[in-house]
Amino acid sequence: MTIATVAPAYTGLEIFWFLIIAVLWSGYFVLEGFDFGVGMLLPVVGKTELDRRVMINTIGPVWDGNEVWLLVAGGATFAAFPNWYATLFSGFYLPLFLILAALIFRGVAFEFRAKRVMPQWKLAWDHAIFWGSLLPSILWGVAFANILRGTPIGPNGHYLGSFFNLLNVYSLLGGVTTLLLFALHGSVFLTLKTTGEIRERAQGVAKILAPAATVALLGFLAWTYVNAHHANNTGIVPPFVPILAIAAVAAVGWLLREKLEGWAFVANAVALVGLVATIFLNLYPRVMVSSISPLYNLTIGNSASAPYTLKVMTIVALIFTPLVLVYQGWSYWVFRARVRRPGDPIDTVIDVSTPDVPPTGAAVSGAAGSGSTDDDGGAP
Amino acid sequence: MTLLLSRWQFGITTVFHFIFVPLTIGLALLLAIMQTAAYRSRGDAAKQAKWEQMTIFWRRLFLINFAIGVVTGIVQEFQFGMNWSVYSRYVGSVFGAPLAVEALLAFFLESTFLGIWIFGKGRVSARVHLASIWLVSIGTMLSAYFILAANAWMQHPVGYKIQGNRAIMTNFWAVMTNSTLISSFLHVLTAALVTAAMLMLGISAWHLRRTQKAGEGPHPVFSASAKLALIVGVVAVVATMFFGDNQARLMEKQQPMKMASAEAVYNTQNGASFSLLTIGNLSGDPVFQIRIPHALSVLSDNSWDGSVQGINQIQASETAKYGKGSYVPVLWVTYWTFRIMVGCGILMFLGLAWGMVLLYRRKLDTSKWFLRLAVPALLLPFVANATGWIFTEMGRQPWVVYGLLKTAKGVSPIGTGYVVTTLVGFTAIYSILAIIDFGLMARYAKLDPDSVDEHGQPKPTGGDGSADDVTADFDGDSEHHDDRAPALIY
Ligand code: HDD
Ligand code: HEM
Ligand code: HEM
Repeated sequence: MTIATVAPAYTGLEIFWFLIIAVLWSGYFVLEGFDFGVGMLLPVVGKTELDRRVMINTIGPVWDGNEVWLLVAGGATFAAFPNWYATLFSGFYLPLFLILAALIFRGVAFEFRAKRVMPQWKLAWDHAIFWGSLLPSILWGVAFANILRGTPIGPNGHYLGSFFNLLNVYSLLGGVTTLLLFALHGSVFLTLKTTGEIRERAQGVAKILAPAATVALLGFLAWTYVNAHHANNTGIVPPFVPILAIAAVAAVGWLLREKLEGWAFVANAVALVGLVATIFLNLYPRVMVSSISPLYNLTIGNSASAPYTLKVMTIVALIFTPLVLVYQGWSYWVFRARVRRPGDPIDTVIDVSTPDVPPTGAAVSGAAGSGSTDDDGGAP
Repeated sequence: MTLLLSRWQFGITTVFHFIFVPLTIGLALLLAIMQTAAYRSRGDAAKQAKWEQMTIFWRRLFLINFAIGVVTGIVQEFQFGMNWSVYSRYVGSVFGAPLAVEALLAFFLESTFLGIWIFGKGRVSARVHLASIWLVSIGTMLSAYFILAANAWMQHPVGYKIQGNRAIMTNFWAVMTNSTLISSFLHVLTAALVTAAMLMLGISAWHLRRTQKAGEGPHPVFSASAKLALIVGVVAVVATMFFGDNQARLMEKQQPMKMASAEAVYNTQNGASFSLLTIGNLSGDPVFQIRIPHALSVLSDNSWDGSVQGINQIQASETAKYGKGSYVPVLWVTYWTFRIMVGCGILMFLGLAWGMVLLYRRKLDTSKWFLRLAVPALLLPFVANATGWIFTEMGRQPWVVYGLLKTAKGVSPIGTGYVVTTLVGFTAIYSILAIIDFGLMARYAKLDPDSVDEHGQPKPTGGDGSADDVTADFDGDSEHHDDRAPALIY
């Protein structure tokens, strides 16, 4: 079957859904980015079993909600651009399998690690968390670089290449870039959510990662831009988007030295959004580039769903997305406090993104009673 | 070859996902009920302690199960694109919508409030904590509704038109109120409750037997759990049968071939009998057969002498409609899976009714045989769930979307080598998960609620003395080291 069926010209809704999917991926990178980062740093920052437990607890309540951004991105692509969904996941078959395998082991590891006390048991799950965070961090970068660079897509939207078409210097650089950005994101997150030694170690790691991530992002975005320019692409990237992304990640190191950790986190999030934005702006109006012929490109026109479906989905999204954002935001508020090892000093640094409540009269340490009666708990 | 392997892969991964799903749906609701009971008995310390202990006990098993439900679900979300890309292009406009809505409405709700529920005790008020488990439960049901909407459309397409070479949605409301969907949702939801109730009953029975043999009195947590499980279970199993019967009726209208093949009825009959069991050949003359006169007509048509269409007649009419080819699914699969599902349902009904009699006579805690049998009986709902889906999906063959798209046409044009890799890969990963899950479930199911304290730490005296005794469960029940920080989980 051929793919071009309806919608010769774009309606506003196709553009809107292209935008929504870009937003979903940005949200995914920003949120799951830091929990991938924490996972990767487990053996680096976590020296003892207790340290690792503390690190996992910083993301414990939120990682699953973060992963749902990916599921919504997948579902939205299926509904709004079925041809994109079909070509992407059947084409990038093995990398996607690896991502899924990684996410499986990582997901159960968070829940099962504490289930037995044997050290070997915990060690095995720590490995699962490390590799399960590392692999997808690289592979998402590789995947997006390939979407943009172009892969052998034939006239029917079928992917005609093999696994090895996906491995090239440009896409590997993309993988390194997301890897470093996520690791940096995780280390900054840890400086915000922990205290004492763990926090110091995370600060140290973040200071090393910041320049590395800057170089990688600069390289990747410069290459992307030059590519687009040469190919005389329709891409409509205003140069300030990638420049902003690079400036933001470059600022992370400085902000860390100035002890503005909350802002450092924000800056890195801006860099991640800027990266996704550059890729999507560069793609537009294509959704997957064919390296065989521009005629075979998948675009928002030839891969879109029917206008009626888009309309229904738009209504559902407009009603429910604000609601989701409110309660997900609220859950971050509930868990805004730092996670401490028992006995570590209370850290009183207050910064923008973790508005720690200053120690109130309630017991700040020790076990006595404070958390066990429900009604007087730490509700804001 | 790609087709065959893709079908195996889809079947294996989906059936595996659906081992955990019904338990999640059912237990979430039961936990919400238990926690509500604890909340409402705040004035009565003993009663409150019992309900709280119950909540803590069952919640451990719930969370182990939930974790696997989540990770296997992620695979489901992307599989359509991976192995069924042609199918995805064809149906995306209709089928993708409920899937996307499910993720937006249900998965965010489930995952966010589960986080609050696990880690939030002491950080949110008791009421909000209670509300969060209710929201998790609502999330699981919404998720079932939307995914079944997608599946029901494959069984009985509505609200669409064919444009060019794909199906296009014309009426979202029709898709969301498909008669097949309503009926299947009610059947699956009640089946999920049966599943959770049977598991709870089986584990409680094991503990009641254990204390009985040790000459101790029944543990209040397990007497109460067994009672709750029996009451919920018996109501739910009757409802499951009722809605299942309803589905059979719809099926006779919407997918007559499935009904005929479930029964191996070759020729249209009036007052058809229901074949209970066949030994020998399904097609020719069986060696041994038990049939209930008129029952099939009653089941599918609600009338004593109703007409039931036969395979041969339907094959002829479908050939006339859709062109040459076989429209008959694999008979032994449909015939036996249907019987096994219904058989498990009947067995569970009888067992639960027996339990109700014992409960009424106040003999439940002291019975021997009932408690013994209830333990292996916890497998029955799992068998019924799996066979139910295999029947539903295999009975639809050769169609993937009934009357519109054949399964063979929907498969991705990818190399066999790739599918072999992932089939082997997923099977291996899932086997590992199954072993770990089973081990953990058994371990935590056997835990004596009194040998761990309220924070999940082992009491000094408790345990069976083995070196790696179960300690500490995971979560927010342990005492907070700092009331501003999420509790540590050892
Ligand atoms: C009748 C119910 C039902 C059925 C038929 C399915 N699922 Fe499922 N699914 C659930 C009921 C459910 C659930 C109860 O909502 C789960 C199980 C455990 C859990 O955490 O949520 C879940 C989890 C779950 C997740 C993870 C959600 C998360 O991260 O929180 C995904 C992505 C899917 N499912 C997707 C699917 C797809 C694409 C299916 C179709 C083949 C499917 N499920 C069949
Ligand atoms: C969760 C319970 C489910 C189970 C246990 C299940 C089981 C199966 C099985 C065993 C097959 C293989 C049939 C064969 O090999 O011939 C199959 C096929 C299929 N099912 Fe389901 N299914 C479930 C739910 C769903 C849902 C909810 C959907 C859609 C949203 C779905 C979509 C499909 C598709 C697309 C196929 C095509 C592959 C094929 O026909 O082989 N299934 N399913
Ligand atoms: C004893 C009476 C029962 C009857 C008459 C019955 C009937 C049916 C029918 C006709 C279907 C196929 C629907 C279709 O393909 O359109 C079905 C599917 C199914 N059944 Fe049952 N059933 C019974 C008991 C049970 C029990 C006890 C369970 C589990 C605890 C169960 C779980 C399922 C599941 C999971 C499906 C697949 C989902 C679906 O299509 O709704 N059933 N049942």
